[in-house]
Amino acid sequence: MRIILAAAAVVMLAALAFAAPWLQFVLTLAIAKGFAALGVAVLLRAGLISIGHAMFFAASAYGAAFLARAGINDLGLLLILSVLVSALIGAIAGSFLVRYRAIFFAMLNLAVSMVFYALCAKLYGVTGGTDGLPVPIPAVFGIVFAEPVFKSILFYLSLTLMVLVGLAVHRYLDSPLGHALSAVHSNEIRLEYLGIPVWAVLLIAYTISAALAGLGGSIAGFAIGRVVPDFAFWTASGHLVLIAVLGGIGGVPGAFIGALFLELLHSAAVTVTDAWNMFVGITLIVVIMFMPQGIYGLFERKEAQSS
Amino acid sequence: MSRPILEAKNLRVAFNGVKAADGASIAIHDGEFLAIIGPNGSGKTTLLNICTGYIRPISGSVLLDGNDITRMSPRAIARRGVARAFQIPQLFSAQRVIDNMMLALAAKDGLWTVIRPLETAERRDEAKALLELVGLDGDTDRISSTLPEGHRKLLDIAVALALKPRLLLLDEPTSGVSALERFPLMEALMSALRQRRITALFVEHDMDVVARYASRVLVWNAGNIMAEGRPDEVFGNAQVRERVVGVA
Repeated sequence: MRIILAAAAVVMLAALAFAAPWLQFVLTLAIAKGFAALGVAVLLRAGLISIGHAMFFAASAYGAAFLARAGINDLGLLLILSVLVSALIGAIAGSFLVRYRAIFFAMLNLAVSMVFYALCAKLYGVTGGTDGLPVPIPAVFGIVFAEPVFKSILFYLSLTLMVLVGLAVHRYLDSPLGHALSAVHSNEIRLEYLGIPVWAVLLIAYTISAALAGLGGSIAGFAIGRVVPDFAFWTASGHLVLIAVLGGIGGVPGAFIGALFLELLHSAAVTVTDAWNMFVGITLIVVIMFMPQGIYGLFERKEAQSS
Repeated sequence: MSRPILEAKNLRVAFNGVKAADGASIAIHDGEFLAIIGPNGSGKTTLLNICTGYIRPISGSVLLDGNDITRMSPRAIARRGVARAFQIPQLFSAQRVIDNMMLALAAKDGLWTVIRPLETAERRDEAKALLELVGLDGDTDRISSTLPEGHRKLLDIAVALALKPRLLLLDEPTSGVSALERFPLMEALMSALRQRRITALFVEHDMDVVARYASRVLVWNAGNIMAEGRPDEVFGNAQVRERVVGVA
């Protein structure tokens, strides 16, 4: 049942973007943020809240900009290399961050991301300062398309990646390693006595989560055509946590549902009022009070009731 | 007698001046079911903590198969075939009973696969067989935090057994288990230990259980060994009867 619903949602998104091409940009950004929120959700399974994952989102987008400047001009290659950049930074930062828990983990992630933000904003000669860097339109299989065509290709590629990467993350979370990650939240002592290295389990999860945030960041960079330090600002990290909680961490689709919901809500609310944040705030209150498992939790509950 | 599987030599540990081990030495040999008895607070659990790397002694050493493991982590010792069941069950409370078991089985098989799911038919069957052994086959899909305390205790033991250890350390295996379930549990446990050739050391307060199942008894008092021997010898010791059995 869940698979049919997910497949229907993907087909609907593809059809929606085809029927209303102006929505492609919003949907591409939503999927990009969904990837980053999925990274946050992976860590939430272990009870770890990162308020710094926008750093990886930005690092990957900056990586794409630097690589493009260095002469790499293929979309696939740029995506892979920029994700590797964020994964590498994730592995380095994670090697000491995963030793901490609770508020210390959250605050240290915030601190590291703000150092990164400050570097991006102040190293004008390298990063372009607050003006940021352009992320030029790359070639796709050797062909350089006009901007509208490229944006369509980027959307459908993002949609495809959402399905493929989503399945891979689902597989990881369902594997012994993924279950060990959830078990960290329950009982670290028992994990150690099972001979499982908690540190390694968390470092792998942290690196995967950084790579996911990076994938989102590079897609966002290509969609917007520019990367600025605000990509890494702490409010952007908070936004990712918001999406993860709103969508629900019970399954991979939660992060994408949360991101799509929030982006569409934002797009609709800004046409009505400047105080769109109020709508978002009220929505979050409603979700936390009445849907503690997030929006995705509703689907899970319905499925449990029908089985 | 064969060479000991586990030896603890001249252990010294103190907490705020209270001696939990004061130069004591113990050894457990292949095939034994060694019981450690003693008054509350005498340092029995501390001894298990030292042997599994959770606490490091001030001085002394712990040898596993003759190799020094005193400074090793619980994880490293577990990987050398020493499993532990706790006085307060240590479970993955938010997960199902069967998932607790399958994760333990996966830890033994090798955790580092992201291709295969945790739940395989083979692993599920093995987990179910162990749950049946301890009488939890009716609880496989329950969330472990919803189990009654006695059943949580049984699950903790089953998880330790899932590691297929050579040496099993049990901290009060029958505490929290109802009087009716106590002896059936011990029978099942003994049967599993014999079948799988697992040597075991258990801390216990129920003297009937100790008298019936232990192959050797060691009386721990104020960080020292007060008496040691077969159950009938130890329980025949007037000092033990007065100071330990009477208060246990």
